[in-house]
Amino acid sequence: MYSFNYHRAASVADAAKLLESGDAKLLSGGMTLIPAMKTRLAAPSDLVDLSHIEELKGIEVAGSTITIRAATTHHDVASDEKLKKACPALAHMASRIGDPAVRYKGTIGGSIANNDPAADYPAALLALDATIVTNKREIAADAFFTGLFETALEDGEIVTAVTFTAPAKAAYEKFRNPASRYAIVGVFVANGADGVRVAVTGAGDSGVFRSKEIEAALATNFDAAALNGVKVPANDLMSDIHASADYRANLIVVMAKRAVAAANA
Amino acid sequence: MGIEGVGARVARKEDKRFITGAGRYVDDMVVPGMKHAAFVRSPHAHAQIKNIDVTKAQSMPGVIGVLTGKELKADGIGNLICGWMIHSKDGSPMKMGAWSPLAFDRVRYVGDAVVVVVAETKGQARDAAEAVDISYEELKAVVDAPKALERSAPQIHPEADGNLIFDWELGDSAATNAAIKAAAHITRMKIVNNRLVPNAMEPRAALGHYDKAEDHYTCWTTSQNPHLARLVMSAFYNVAPENKLRVIAPDVGGGFGSKIYIYPEEIICLWASKKTGVPVKWVADRTESFLTDAHGRDHVSTVEMAFDKDNRITGLKVDTIANLGAYMSLFSSCVPTYLYATLLSGQYDIPAIHANVRAVYTNTAPVDAYRGAGRPEATYLLERTMETAARELGVSPAELRRKNFITSFPHQTPVIMNYDAGDYAASLDAAMAAADYAGFAQRKADAANRGKLRGIGMSCYIEACGLAPSAAVGSLGAGVGLWESAEVRVNAAGTIEVLTGSHSHGQGHETTFAQLVNQRFGVPIDSVSIVHGDTDKVQMGMGTYGSRSGAVGMSAVVKALDKVEAKAKKIAAHLLEADEGDIVIENGALKVAGTDKQVPWFQMALAAYTAHNLPGGMEPGLKETSFYDPSNFTFPAGCYVCEVEIDPETGVTEVVQFVAADDFGNIINPMIVEGQVHGGVAQGIGQALLEGTRYDASGQLLTASYMDYTMPRADDLPSFKVSTSNTPCPGNPLGIKGCGEAGAIGSPPAVINAITDAIGITDIAMPASPSTVWAAIRATKH
Repeated sequence: MYSFNYHRAASVADAAKLLESGDAKLLSGGMTLIPAMKTRLAAPSDLVDLSHIEELKGIEVAGSTITIRAATTHHDVASDEKLKKACPALAHMASRIGDPAVRYKGTIGGSIANNDPAADYPAALLALDATIVTNKREIAADAFFTGLFETALEDGEIVTAVTFTAPAKAAYEKFRNPASRYAIVGVFVANGADGVRVAVTGAGDSGVFRSKEIEAALATNFDAAALNGVKVPANDLMSDIHASADYRANLIVVMAKRAVAAANA
Repeated sequence: MGIEGVGARVARKEDKRFITGAGRYVDDMVVPGMKHAAFVRSPHAHAQIKNIDVTKAQSMPGVIGVLTGKELKADGIGNLICGWMIHSKDGSPMKMGAWSPLAFDRVRYVGDAVVVVVAETKGQARDAAEAVDISYEELKAVVDAPKALERSAPQIHPEADGNLIFDWELGDSAATNAAIKAAAHITRMKIVNNRLVPNAMEPRAALGHYDKAEDHYTCWTTSQNPHLARLVMSAFYNVAPENKLRVIAPDVGGGFGSKIYIYPEEIICLWASKKTGVPVKWVADRTESFLTDAHGRDHVSTVEMAFDKDNRITGLKVDTIANLGAYMSLFSSCVPTYLYATLLSGQYDIPAIHANVRAVYTNTAPVDAYRGAGRPEATYLLERTMETAARELGVSPAELRRKNFITSFPHQTPVIMNYDAGDYAASLDAAMAAADYAGFAQRKADAANRGKLRGIGMSCYIEACGLAPSAAVGSLGAGVGLWESAEVRVNAAGTIEVLTGSHSHGQGHETTFAQLVNQRFGVPIDSVSIVHGDTDKVQMGMGTYGSRSGAVGMSAVVKALDKVEAKAKKIAAHLLEADEGDIVIENGALKVAGTDKQVPWFQMALAAYTAHNLPGGMEPGLKETSFYDPSNFTFPAGCYVCEVEIDPETGVTEVVQFVAADDFGNIINPMIVEGQVHGGVAQGIGQALLEGTRYDASGQLLTASYMDYTMPRADDLPSFKVSTSNTPCPGNPLGIKGCGEAGAIGSPPAVINAITDAIGITDIAMPASPSTVWAAIRATKH
């Protein structure tokens, strides 16, 4: 690790100001950034720590509207009783991110701002048609995730919360990379007031994406059987030492079927 | 057997310090004035070094020294060597290329050490290492062993034309060819044994300390054999003469073979300490471990197995290409030869065997012994071929094996080994019963109803342990003898120290060696200390590998105990005014048999040291030394049965049952033996399902972290069903065969036989990862 300056931000406004110094990076749970710094793959001059800002923490459930503030940990999302009733699929998904140590430190805001192509939250927020709230504006999930480790966030922009309407039914199934246990394919299905949305993580060449084929098949019949024979094209999927694009294309359909079955269970 | 004696399930004495964080590893060692080293390593798999500029690095904060290979060479430090001479079949000696501890003209694999930086802190050393400017001229690289033998391959070492290190053979080629020609059936296979990274929990580390006042060196290192490290660094690498070099291997967190060898880093830490005037410590990070620890396996073979019309094996012909990586590691040459081809008879009576082995250089990490070392490769080849033969012949895999078992002992194989004892049918029967082999068809049908593919596979392995009769291995090219030493010191108040040349890096010697003493003298194991891992304390020893600590190390202890017992009985007889032949040792006392006359053990010991009343002419004290040289290898064997269920939609293989039925000879501590089997089987299942080492064509290691290299985890494994049915080894006083490697040797073919059975295919590459299995299933449908 190279040396750096550490700043503990007292508020979002304070953090935004501190972010202007040098080559500063925001630190939330640090589950991605700290390992990258330890292996000298990242070398920010300054770290602005968001984890002591109270206004960035907590979950609110108001009717079917759910708001999760950015510095809420995966553990808190997984164990929030109101959320488990309102949107059990998201709580369950959070309960299977990484390992317990990761879940106690890692946060929803950190995960989506990083937009790792194998992270779980981007699939959830895209399928849930969530809105990402920042210190400057609100961004629809469809517009937020723009590529591998790329988002619509501008310099100095800080994610403060995500908000979405709980769907009638939803579920997430992932197939883990045997080594890293990140998703090789993760599929979040949501059947809400505006129809069925299906988002896929871990597989896309450009990061998280919605599967048109699966959404079309489920639009009129939200049942696993509706996916029999459905094929997802492999053209824009990743191929690496762990999984070929063809294998990922197969897993997308298999995971989608299992997610739909779980959502209906 | 007492509650702490031979055969008792005694909890490990050493575990308290390990599980409470009180263990003392090399990185825990601190010497006044100690500084830290970082290595600049080659980013290229093959390149010419054009220039090394260290001026910027030298001026960095905290930097004490920046040292290069030219300075190392100027100081007369020698090249690393391979200590086992193999001659090719044309009689020529193996072609060993030069391996400088610091490369100065050419680098040959990613991770090759080029420059060492010594600085006040580890961070400063790394910062300065990044500032070293090395210009390289990249050369074409080759990572695949068969490709390295092609004409178009780059030449890696000038000494080894066409990258061929040796072209060696064992066995009778004419008789084997004749058997194949006359065969009623021939099973032919191509067998690939995948490369593995050892991944000991504790990374390699070294602390070199040159004491100017005494002109003396001390090296703390993660070694399985500190005396061998001292011998090699002194006799071959010119670091320091043996009397000026102390090597200490303290607590060591796992070795699996990878810590047998002397690596560049410990040599450099010692040399750099003298050069810079400060003690120098280096601890590998995990990426350095992946890149530079000696890897294991990496064989590509073809096999032909000939059968007569009664399904008896009449001949076996094997052709193997072994990838030894960029340099010949210390014992690399014996792994694909005398630890491999000598085991190709397996448990079977095969009249004619011929093996040809070509060892080649590639631009990859050096390959050497890794848990099993050659024997897993032999077992995998043989047991995959037996399974395929049974399927081709339409007979039960168990019965084909049984028909060909060796049943009388001693048995001389056509490939050197003389098996001394075994009962292979007993292990097979035990494994089949524990696995409910007969009920498999029903379980397969049940699985099919759940949409799963269920398969069963077995493996009957044999290995050669207890390395090894010194004269025999010497005649085969070994540069060292493979005896072991022991010293038993009975202290004046009766407590005992056992000094052994064996080295425990997870094996539990502090417990098992003490159990041996308890068995003999009745002294509680808490009153017995095992001393090892320090060349200043233990006179000489050959270390721990090849499952040799029990069969060889403990045999040396037994010989020393015999001498102690004889003298103790003389003293007791004198004190009790009895005949020494009437003295027996029972419950911690020396007694006159059949009487109530006795002297407690501690009182006898005290008498030895007060020397007030010893038999006439007897020297005071009670301390005996012994060297034990085995008369033969030992031959652990067993039968493993694996049952898998595959999800055809995802290709995920679940090991639903794993049975291990082993013959280890006599057992000192069944709990520790079971632990060895569990660990070995976990590594074997790891090789079969999870662990794949992948270099890209340019020689970059793609699997250089746990993000990409899959280690077995608890949830990848079932609860193992283990048992033993033991035939004592006639070759050593304790009847021990050894158990450290069996699990890793026997399990991979059982797993792959089960997977190929489930899918209905002949072969699948290891590791049979979900994507590989899914692709194999899909291929059956096209």
